[in-house]
Amino acid sequence: MPLALKEDGEMSIVPVIDPQKCRGCGVCVTVCACEALVLQGGVVRIIKDVACDWCTLCEAVCPEGAISCPFEIVIEEA
Amino acid sequence: MGRRSTGGKGAPPVANQNRTKPQVRYFAESAGSCYNPIIMTALEDFLSSTAYFSGLSAADMESITGYFSSRTAGRGEIILFEAEPVEPLYFVVSGAVKVFKTSPEGKEQILEIIRPGDSFNDVPVFEGGHNLASAEALGPVALYGIKKQNMELICRQHPLVARDMLRVLSTKIARLVALVEDLSFKNVTGRIAKILLEHVADGRGATQRLTQQEMAAIAGTAREMVGRSLKTLEEDKAIRLEKHRIVIVDKELLREIAGVLN
Repeated sequence: MPLALKEDGEMSIVPVIDPQKCRGCGVCVTVCACEALVLQGGVVRIIKDVACDWCTLCEAVCPEGAISCPFEIVIEEA
Repeated sequence: MGRRSTGGKGAPPVANQNRTKPQVRYFAESAGSCYNPIIMTALEDFLSSTAYFSGLSAADMESITGYFSSRTAGRGEIILFEAEPVEPLYFVVSGAVKVFKTSPEGKEQILEIIRPGDSFNDVPVFEGGHNLASAEALGPVALYGIKKQNMELICRQHPLVARDMLRVLSTKIARLVALVEDLSFKNVTGRIAKILLEHVADGRGATQRLTQQEMAAIAGTAREMVGRSLKTLEEDKAIRLEKHRIVIVDKELLREIAGVLN
């Protein structure tokens, strides 16, 4: 999973962006409440020092399906 | 690289004119000057762990390894396309592959997710004709493949393989029947509950994560419905949604919602 460095020095798991699918429309940048996304060179990238809260809105709004926010499914220990 | 360009959500997949030839290495070709016993041993060990070939003796196993090819694929790479002339029967060595059908409108229905040790493209290899579904790598995958004619040869030479083949195909039919049952009789929340139960991380190796879009494609619903169902399951206290994790807090309740019998 792609990681980003947060301000507190911890690593944060971030969404997966497929640069081949991204058309640079910027819709995900607009909806991201964490301001974790930025358009660079016509494709979207994660800003590495911002923590993503995994709202998955970017995945929902991307018209090209270029962003993935996968979930790990675990069972809580008793 | 065989990527399936959808042209955007809802648009049908475009033709794969730009599909590059996959990197395929045949073990028979390696049997000459570049024979590598380490690779061949790894192949034999893997095949002996699969449902098709677990009944073969060591000598029989050695006799069939030359029919197999190895292949890798990256995340999102299309391994085979629906309706194209039949390609090899594949076994997943590592990673995960989704097998899916696509409607003319571009909607995707995942038929199954193939994990290490399992196979895909079984039916068209034995039935002939064209691939029944497409297959896409969910992450980096390593595969072994065997062509139709070689698989038929092995079945003739080793009847035990033919018997085990029937078991594999029977299991796949049972899974597809269960999928039809879920799509026909369960509500969306029940289907999502079952999907969560079936994709729990087992802690043994690389965890297979699912996006809400993938859950929607398995459940035969829209992504928005998946989000609502997850919220419902959380309100019912069957699961807890965390950052990039879904925690099953009450497995029995989730099984009840999923309609899973013991």
